[in-house]
Order: sequence, then C-alpha cells, then structure tokens
Amino acid sequence: MFDKDSLKKLEEAKNNWEESKIKKALSKFPERYEKFYTNSNLEVERLYTELDIKDMDYNRDLGFPGEYPFTRGVQPTMYRGKFWTMRQYAGFGTAEESNERYKFLLSQGQTGLSVAFDLPTQIGYDSDHPLAQGEVGKVGVAIDSLKDMEILFDGIPLDKVSTSMTINAPASILLCMYIAVAEKQGVSPEKLAGTIQNDILKEYVARGTYIFPPEPSMRLITNIFEYCSKNMPKWNTISISGYHIREAGATAVQEVAFTLADGIAYVEAALKAGLSVDDFAPRLSFFFNAHNDLFEEVAKFRAARRLWAKIMKERFKAQNPKSMMLRFHTQTGGSTLTAQQPDNNIVRVTIQALAAVLGGTQSLHTNSRDEALALPSEDSVRIALRTQQIIAYESGVADTIDPLAGSYYVEHLTNTIEEKAREYIEKIDSLGGAIRAIEKGFMQQEIQDSAYRYQKEIESGRRIVVGVNKFQIEEEPPKGLLKVDPEVGRRQIEKLNKLKSERDNIAVSNSLKELGEKAMTDENLMPYILNCVRNYATLGEICDILREEFGEYKASIMI
Amino acid sequence: MIAKKIRVLIAKPGLDGHDRGAKVIARALRDAGMEVVYTGLRQTPEQIVEAAIQEDVDVIGLSILSGAHNFLFPRVMELLKERGVDDILVIGGGIIPDEDIPGLKEVGIAEVFTPGTPTSKIVEFITSNVNK
Repeated sequence: MFDKDSLKKLEEAKNNWEESKIKKALSKFPERYEKFYTNSNLEVERLYTELDIKDMDYNRDLGFPGEYPFTRGVQPTMYRGKFWTMRQYAGFGTAEESNERYKFLLSQGQTGLSVAFDLPTQIGYDSDHPLAQGEVGKVGVAIDSLKDMEILFDGIPLDKVSTSMTINAPASILLCMYIAVAEKQGVSPEKLAGTIQNDILKEYVARGTYIFPPEPSMRLITNIFEYCSKNMPKWNTISISGYHIREAGATAVQEVAFTLADGIAYVEAALKAGLSVDDFAPRLSFFFNAHNDLFEEVAKFRAARRLWAKIMKERFKAQNPKSMMLRFHTQTGGSTLTAQQPDNNIVRVTIQALAAVLGGTQSLHTNSRDEALALPSEDSVRIALRTQQIIAYESGVADTIDPLAGSYYVEHLTNTIEEKAREYIEKIDSLGGAIRAIEKGFMQQEIQDSAYRYQKEIESGRRIVVGVNKFQIEEEPPKGLLKVDPEVGRRQIEKLNKLKSERDNIAVSNSLKELGEKAMTDENLMPYILNCVRNYATLGEICDILREEFGEYKASIMI
Repeated sequence: MIAKKIRVLIAKPGLDGHDRGAKVIARALRDAGMEVVYTGLRQTPEQIVEAAIQEDVDVIGLSILSGAHNFLFPRVMELLKERGVDDILVIGGGIIPDEDIPGLKEVGIAEVFTPGTPTSKIVEFITSNVNK
C-alpha cells in the first residue's frame, strides 16, 4: 500500500529524529518506564508510522464495511443506519420482580432485553433443591417452569422485542420455555428474535455453570442449531463467549484466540452432525469483553472479525458471506470495576463502551458503578444506560464507520492481535482442538497465569488502579445498594409446590419418560423438551432425566 | 528447626463459578510458603468441612461472589463446631456487602476480604492469626 521510496525516506527521517530529538529528550526527561505494555502485555512503541504497517494491503486486509474480511464492520452503513442494541443484562429475585425491572428498562429507552438467571436455574436445579439453598434469586431470576417464564414476560410482546438469555447447559429447556410463552401470546417461533448463550465450552474453561460432559453437551447444542435453522430464522443459536474468559484473567489475545477456538469446535460438531455450514453458521454470534485499554480493545474487535472471516472461508469453505460475519455483543469489564470510590467506575465504563462502539459492536451492556459491591440499583442502571445514549447521540463517534481505521497504532495492534491469536489457535489444533485442550486444562492454565501476573503487577505498583493502589481515600460504606429479598427462596418453593399440585402429573411423567428414551438415540431432542415444557415439567425434572442418561461433568482442578 | 508449613484449604461453597480470586489467592499463599489445597467449584459446607479435616488444615478460605454468603458461611462454621474442629482459622472473601460483615464475624469468620485487597494483606493476616 505504501510506496517503497517514501518508506525509505520515512525510515531515514525517523532514525534522525531518534538520534537527535529523542536522545536529547531522554537525557533530560527519562520516560516513565523503560518499556511500555498494553493491558494485555503487548509491547507498545513510542511512535507508530507507516513503517509499522508497511505490508498492509487495503483491499485484502481491511476491505469495506459489510464485505469480506469485515475488518471495518459487518453492516454496510453501521451506526449511520441504526445504533447498536442497548441491552442491559438484568434479573433478580422472582419472575414478578424481574418483569418489573424489564418494563422499567424498556420505558427508559432500552431496545432489547437480556435475562440473567439465578445459579440454580443455570445449573438445572429447581428452587427446592438442597444445593439451591441461599442461591435462589441471587444473581438472576429464578425460573423453575413455564409458569415462571409466563410471568417473566407478562405484558412484553415477544414479537416486538429481542431477548438475549444467558443460559448455557440447560439452554434448550429455556429456549423451549420462550417458544411456549410466545405461543401463548400468539407469536410463532419464526418471528422470535434473540439469543441464547448456549456456549458450554467456556463454562468448562471459565464460568463454571456446566452440567453434562462435553459430548452430550455438544449434541444438545447442535440439536438447537438444527432446530432453529428450520424453525427460528431470526434466532442467534449461540453466543460464543470470550467475555468470561477475559473476566477470569485472560489477555485480549487469549480472549480472541480461545473464543474463536471454541467457535471452531462448534462448527466442527455441527458439520459432524451432518449440517451444512451455510445452514447454521449465519446464526452463530459472539460475545466479547471491553476493558480499559481503549486502542487495544478496538484492535481486538477488528482482529477477531477478520480472523473469523478467514477461518470460515478458508477452513470451513463457507460460501454465504453471512457465515463469515462475526457479529458480537459486548459487555464492559466487570473485573475492572472497583469497590473503592465506585463512582469512578462510571468513567471506566465510558471508556470501555467507547471501545466497543469504535470496535463495531452489534449490542452493548454497560456495567453499573456499584457492581463490585452488589447487583446494580435502579439509579446505577440508569446511569449505565445513559452512558450508551450519550455516546450514541452526543459524541459523534457513531456517525462515520470504523473511525480508527488507518491509525498506524490501531492497524499495527490489529495485525499483532490477529497473528498472536492465530498462533494460539494453531497450538490448540495441535492439542486436538478446543475440547481436548480444555480437558487437558491448557486454556485454564494460560488464563490463570495471566490472572496471577496481573495481580502481581498491581501489588508491585507496576500497574496502577485508581483508588485501589493509588489515590486512595477514606470512604464511608456505600449507600442504596440493591438487596435481594431473603424470602425469595421460600416464595419460589411455595409456587413450585402449587404448580406440582395443579398440573397434569401423568402428562408430565410421560413426556419426561419419552425424553429420557430419546436421549439415548440420535434424534433431535428439541421437540421432546418442548413437549415436557408445555406440560409444565420443571427445569430440575428435565435436567434430572438428562443427568441420568448423560452423566455429569467433573472438572479437573489445578492451581 | 524448620517450622511446619501453614496448611490452607481454599474453598468455593455454593453454585458460584467465579474462581479467579480463589485461584489467585491460592497461588499467592503458596508463593508465601504455605501448603494450599483448592476444592474446586460447587462444594457443599459438608464437603468443605470434610476436606478440611482430611487435609488437616490450619486455615479455611471461603470465596463466594453470588450473594449466598449469609447462608453458606454460617453453615460451614456450624459444622466445624459440630465436628470439634473450630480451632481452624476461617476467613472469607468475595462480593460481600459491608453491612453483612459484622454478622459473619459474629458466627466466627475471623476476617472478610473484599475486592481490591492485596494478597500480601491476606498472607499477613493468616501468619499472625493462625493457631499454631
């Protein structure tokens, strides 16, 4: 892209500048550090010029928005057409309370829903399970059956909103509940828009809400791919997530590499199940984190898009450009929030949200300032949403596409992240793919090493976190934190007992029995799960049947 | 004379899968010369107390970020008492609101470390409070 002569002249000029100006400057004022690093430990030079991207070919490496390799974005007009979806992850207590919060968020101009489930729901236990004690309604809403789901979406027209559900191991069950609620509203499945997270691999790596071993888990996932490709064309069947990998301590490079390696494993599983790539790949979606290192994060999103496009085209021979598009949701980085001086978090979230928008995200959750302390209060959530709205409507950054393209630094970082992520993926391939690498603990170990290094950098003072290891003040305990009603567990159990006395228990046990039988065949389980759900079988009952057939995953422990 | 190493069990009670903190602390304690056992995720209070006895630990570190601490921490303390091993130093950490801390200390949790705590502070606390 750059002319050889002018590069040569540039190199000479740069050498001169270093010899004359820089040497002199350094002798008077040494730089703050001998070497500088990004948040993810990539070395940062003093100055970037054309020399750092001299091999770049515009058409090959960047292209145009909406065209391969999608470096500049997946849609032709990006935010000039419409802004990203502003989607705040929310849910706590009972379905009634969460329904109220969703209606509040929609009334404040939020454009999509994102459901947080409590841990018992995510791990397939009903609220009356002994292991659920103390956990019901804590980190999300408790859903035991279709009955709760009906309440959760009461008065919310499912043909008008798109809904994202953070549910993994029991994703097919919650998806069936959503389909069944929609049916009752008179909305057919093909009209439903939304996403289920449905990404079990990162649960093994970083998030921890697994139930079944990898093989049956992958089968449930490919069943969903197949079912949705026929019945739910607007549904994102998976959200392949780097978010939690990053939260667990990974670097930006590891986040991209491990997420795309997981993506490769899902594509391979679906191909092995007999699906053809262009039937399911357009509905794969991704989920990334946004941390504080603004340029590195923007570069990360751009690198991920380009690398995925190449993988889909070159490795899996996809034909449909939609199969090559990496569409993603972003959430700002929970682990970057500080419990100290929590209002400072508003500023962190602003930088991170800006990175997501400059990186071309399709939807965004901005964290609330008080999330290092508790679930967010209504006031804090409003500020978080307003942050997105200010970026969208006031900052001007959304008015032209991929505005940081062409920055020597950002393009150089984009190249570096892509290259280093590709090296990791090759390493994972050599270990036998993502599933094997996870079973061997490879990704977990890499992430833990990064997390520990990061902590040591903070403790040595090499890395400054404002309010934590510098600029501390004496503080009063924060006020106005959200507290989940401790009675929610009891109320949920009462509802569960009532349900079990009112439903047709013969239909329930027949449908469960049928599901158990089909679990051992190659049949797609979705219709059988849907049948159980319609009969008001509980989440725990359905998971128990599958636990009997599939067994449970046992994590290997290493530190 | 070589002093006996302090033995620590780092445990994740409840269903919460956030174990970045637990693992970082496990490594920091190990680097500080302690012997550390990590339970892994989803341990019941019964399993934790059993492991503490089996491993003959001096310290239990409980980590929880899901908000279930008010139920699970006291349960661990109760079981330790029942099993007659309440001389074990028990500390806790995670997303734990300030207002919950006095109640946890009342049932015998020696200290609660919240986000932003340097690992050196935890090492120091253990070294000066462990029953040796």
